[in-house]
Amino acid sequence: MTPPLLEVDDLVVHYPAGGMLRRREVQAVNGVSLRLEPGETLGLVGESGSGKSTLGRALLGLTPVTAGHVGFDGKRVSGRDRAGLAHLRRNAAMIFQDPFNALNPRQTIATSIAEVLRVKGEVPPAEVPARVAALLDLVGLRPDLAGRKPHALSGGQCQRAGIARALAIEPRLVIADECVAALDVSIQGQIINLLIELKARMGLAMIFIAHDLAIVRRLCDRVAVMYLGRIVEEGPTEAVFSSPRHPYTAALVAAIPSLDPARPLPADPLPGEPPSPLALPPGCAFHPRCRLARPECREMAPPARHDGERITACVLSPDEITTTQPRSMEP
Amino acid sequence: MSAPLLSVRDLRVSAGPLDLVDGISFDLGQGEILGLVGESGSGKTMACRALMRLLPSRQVAVTGGRILLGDDDLAALPEADMRRLRGHALGMVFQNPASHLDPVMRIGDQIAEGLRLHRGLDRKAAWAAAIDLLAQVGIPDPARRARNYPHEFSGGMRQRAMIAVALSCDPGILIADEPTTALDVTVQAQILRLLLALREARGLAIVLISHDLGVIAQTCDRIAVMYAGRIVEQGAKTDILRRPLHPYTQGLIRCQPGEDGGGPGLPLPTIAGQPPSAGEMPAGCRFHPRCPRASETCRREMPAPHALEGRIVACHHPLTGEVP
Ligand SMILES: Nc1ncnc2c1ncn2[C@@H]1O[C@H](COP(=O)(O)OP(=O)(O)OP(=O)(O)O)[C@@H](O)[C@H]1O
Ligand SMILES: Nc1ncnc2c1ncn2[C@@H]1O[C@H](COP(=O)(O)OP(=O)(O)OP(=O)(O)O)[C@@H](O)[C@H]1O
Ligand SMILES: [Mg+2]
Ligand SMILES: [Mg+2]
Repeated sequence: MTPPLLEVDDLVVHYPAGGMLRRREVQAVNGVSLRLEPGETLGLVGESGSGKSTLGRALLGLTPVTAGHVGFDGKRVSGRDRAGLAHLRRNAAMIFQDPFNALNPRQTIATSIAEVLRVKGEVPPAEVPARVAALLDLVGLRPDLAGRKPHALSGGQCQRAGIARALAIEPRLVIADECVAALDVSIQGQIINLLIELKARMGLAMIFIAHDLAIVRRLCDRVAVMYLGRIVEEGPTEAVFSSPRHPYTAALVAAIPSLDPARPLPADPLPGEPPSPLALPPGCAFHPRCRLARPECREMAPPARHDGERITACVLSPDEITTTQPRSMEP
Repeated sequence: MSAPLLSVRDLRVSAGPLDLVDGISFDLGQGEILGLVGESGSGKTMACRALMRLLPSRQVAVTGGRILLGDDDLAALPEADMRRLRGHALGMVFQNPASHLDPVMRIGDQIAEGLRLHRGLDRKAAWAAAIDLLAQVGIPDPARRARNYPHEFSGGMRQRAMIAVALSCDPGILIADEPTTALDVTVQAQILRLLLALREARGLAIVLISHDLGVIAQTCDRIAVMYAGRIVEQGAKTDILRRPLHPYTQGLIRCQPGEDGGGPGLPLPTIAGQPPSAGEMPAGCRFHPRCPRASETCRREMPAPHALEGRIVACHHPLTGEVP
């Protein structure tokens, strides 16, 4: 069996908490394991602050890893092995969440992209301008924007420049962090269609971090749901969204805003104080907000339960969750 | 109807010879929520930053029109008076919070500053109220998190901190530019509920920019749709979402992911073609090169905004009498 393109084992990322809390740590990622095959798209969704961006950055060696192991193409990336990391960086790219800060503010977007091409060194210098133009066209940016610096672009234009730069190295793996959040639906559709095409044509593998569940449903083969540094549920996208097996996933699906102007905002889907990565609650991290929590949830973190392609970290049985969440995603 | 709180008339924002916002007009009533939607680059952010007179660089300036707030025309007000209004009369949640939070100041201090200035709280009370605001925007462990610097927050936490900073000044009008793009749907619902509660409690008026028509549908009273620097259609939320009159509005609604009935792996619907850029606007209606209904008239004459079926539309061939 060939090894997966990306293999992550029990990854932990803690940040030192600044200020007066020196001894405390922000437990951003707490033991995440996952695998990604070539050409596969994994959606990564979850609560704001649950560690999605941290996980994405750590996979590419952009944030120091506290513990655990990342493998790419059968080579170990984490640790002291520089060769593995260099191999990863030549073949993987990140599209950052904040489009304005991801690009050099003093460079025009054409220069930023040209620089990536030059570093990679596979495009002859004479062909760089044409290649830059082609990349900008691919993400729907008009040629007259090429000479602009990021601050003279709109939010969505900046975001597309970031996507063009990531695609410039012709990566085999892209970690896309909220890469269409600032785009109007038509351009968003164009970018998603482009990603679907690249996946089919070049076997591009992707970790797609997003909060727009309708897009995740369209683009991703599998989805992993994060809550407070852990993956609480993972499985084929359709199955997870149509019959969630973790109460947090169920709450997410129920809170998807609807286009129907007569439908009001959902009532508070997650009551109570959100728990903090500075002081994780004992037991299951979700129990303080879980309507279905049992006494044992306060004591023991639920182990990941495997059932075919689906993985759930919850002690409840699937039908206990689906019966309490009658609303489906259908409009 | 009582006089609107804010009246914008023929507002024009230009960068040198380029008109980024090309004569837009709208009203905002007390306690009203106006949704501003439209293509990326159509001028939504520039229009809103013009209201605050916080344009991003010296090249970009308000070059025409009026922004009437009470007896003041904000387009003509001296900068010193404008400074007095910013924050308290008009608050803004910027699209890119990372660039509008002070990187070397603790989040709690940034929120407490507004509370001291605009609500007259002392240091201690302001800090306590800042922690309360952080809790209201759903930041866990707010007492500890108030001591963090912006880079220690996640993208969505920074976005919520930005909202708390804007609310700290107790604004009468809140301009929120994509305030929930980095938030998961449950936290997003919490933020939207907070805004609705502030509207109920003290008549907060809001201009809400969003690409997510679901968010717009759940919060706004009226919607204005922008295309290439102009408002092409505006009216009551239900009218616009249920029966759009402008073909561009219809295109936007049809492109909402999840609304087209398509399945996994299938391409999403898009509006064919690309939006024009400010330097090369097509003659006539700016949407005509992409419009399925375009006629000879559309290629020649710019459609003027006119009243139709209870709203204002700028189209020669609106979708009247059609069931979408
Ligand atoms: N300094 C500048 N000089 C010239 N053009 C500029 C400058 N700043 C912005 N623009 C242009 O102004 C237009 C309007 O930008 P604006 O940020 O208002 O768009 P927007 O509707 O908010 O888009 P988005 O949804 O992508 O945020 C864009 O086409 C942008 O490229
Ligand atoms: N550089 C840093 N120093 C300290 N803490 C950090 C740092 N970066 C992130 N954190 C903390 O780590 C946790 C996870 O943050 P992360 O950015 O990974 O979340 P996220 O899931 O991407 O959230 P969002 O959806 O809001 O972008 C948060 O509590 C955040 O405050
Ligand atoms: Mg993030
Ligand atoms: Mg904008």
